[in-house]
Amino acid sequence: MKIEDKLFLDRYRVSEESHLKIADPGICMKKCGEQPCLYFCPANVYRLEEGRISVHYEGCLECGSCRIACPLLNIDWTFPRGGFGICHKFG
Amino acid sequence: MKEEFDVAIVGAGPAGVSAACILAEAGLKVIVLERGDFPGSKNMSGGVLYGHDLAQILPDYMERGCPVERNIIESRIWYLSREGGYSLGYRDDIFSDERKYNAFTVGRAKFDRWFAAQAQKKGALIVPSTVVTGLLRDGNSAVTGVVTDREDGDVKAKVTLLADGINSKLAASTGFRSEPAPDQVALAVKEVIEIPADLIEKRFNVSNGDGVTIEIIGQVTAGMDGIAVIYTNKRSLSLSIGANLQDFVHSRIKPYELIEDFKKHPMVAPLIAGGRALEYISHWLAEGGYHAIPRLYGDGYLIAGDSAMLFNSLHREGNNLAMASGRMAAQTIIEAFRRRDFSKNCLAQYGDKLSNSYVMNDLKKYRRFNGFLYWHKELFGTLPELASFAAREMLTVDGLPKKFKQRMIMKELRRRTSVWKLFKLVWQGWRSVK
Repeated sequence: MKIEDKLFLDRYRVSEESHLKIADPGICMKKCGEQPCLYFCPANVYRLEEGRISVHYEGCLECGSCRIACPLLNIDWTFPRGGFGICHKFG
Repeated sequence: MKEEFDVAIVGAGPAGVSAACILAEAGLKVIVLERGDFPGSKNMSGGVLYGHDLAQILPDYMERGCPVERNIIESRIWYLSREGGYSLGYRDDIFSDERKYNAFTVGRAKFDRWFAAQAQKKGALIVPSTVVTGLLRDGNSAVTGVVTDREDGDVKAKVTLLADGINSKLAASTGFRSEPAPDQVALAVKEVIEIPADLIEKRFNVSNGDGVTIEIIGQVTAGMDGIAVIYTNKRSLSLSIGANLQDFVHSRIKPYELIEDFKKHPMVAPLIAGGRALEYISHWLAEGGYHAIPRLYGDGYLIAGDSAMLFNSLHREGNNLAMASGRMAAQTIIEAFRRRDFSKNCLAQYGDKLSNSYVMNDLKKYRRFNGFLYWHKELFGTLPELASFAAREMLTVDGLPKKFKQRMIMKELRRRTSVWKLFKLVWQGWRSVK
């Protein structure tokens, strides 16, 4: 089962504004050799597209990993606005 | 909000709601702020809850309609290599009889919602869809309430209880707890797989709403320090797998691929065959252990549950520690109101209560355990492989003498590791749990 299909199972109330931002997009490509966010994020939020890392916050599972495991601590991380984001059906 | 409360609680999980029940019962004016659409909508656990600590809050929880999935009568432990593995289990009739509901499975979306409704019945105000973004403080930097993401969203309170879970950005941003390092949390993903009740009972050899837990270590986490579990629900199975976040960073393994491989393991696949995935979610587990526990109180505030890093990773106990710490925080707050003293000195009783309880006793006892696993990656690679090799050879009847096979196994063992290393492992393992 692919990650897209997994995320499709979940219920979200998507906010128009992203709760995840790359603080300085420039340094991801220049200074971050490993770019581990492309791998450890359980929702595949971070993807390498057209030479830059794009943020697909809509599928975020709100685990918090990117906030602390980004080698450059380059992610501005907040919770989605109250009531928005993932909404567990079973939990 | 113009109204002032006695106690503001951040987070409507087991810690916060336990405290809310006790405080509301004592007649205090309590508000619980929850960022999810409803209590439980952001929460995840493997799925086992313990009756003892819940009964301390709500002795009549079954009469109140606690949404139990299955009562656990058997616990299995698996040690798996890629191709096979060892299984050890313990089942006891006592768990379906006089010790019924010692442990039972729940879905947190249902359970936490029900639990919060009980606090509401006792008089607590539960406010969902509200993120607490900061704290109010007076001139002496004592906490005097919370700031939320709602318009006019300041809530004043004499005491604030932080119970907003392991992923508490608030605890980190207020300096009450440092942000966890990647090796202090485990990242877990979970899939809930729908299977008809009668099929679950047949596959797990249970009946009458009873259930089984399986805790799994070995090669399923692909060399990372981690664990997987399979828990039985009424009409579904919970499959979770997680590993130390730092190990994920180093290994470049994708969590969603790890769980897919886990589902294909020859011992797992038959249990979920024909099932339909219902949900895929993710959460951290506190892996920092005893040494990562922050100071749990200060002027006007206390910290409970996962946000205080109270998690016993050997026994996979978390929500009982959350409930126990929430209860002790509430008892401390009630005493503080009796004395009209909300200072650090008065709230220090909370620390004493925890230290004298099983919560800190257990966490202290196992303080070396997290490090033991983290520094012995062979437990998740070489060893399960060797153990499987040994069992496979000894069980294969092919005309070779057993003495020869024994020598072959020892040779392989010495090639892959050494007797001395194994001895050290056993010794350090024993020390970490004794």
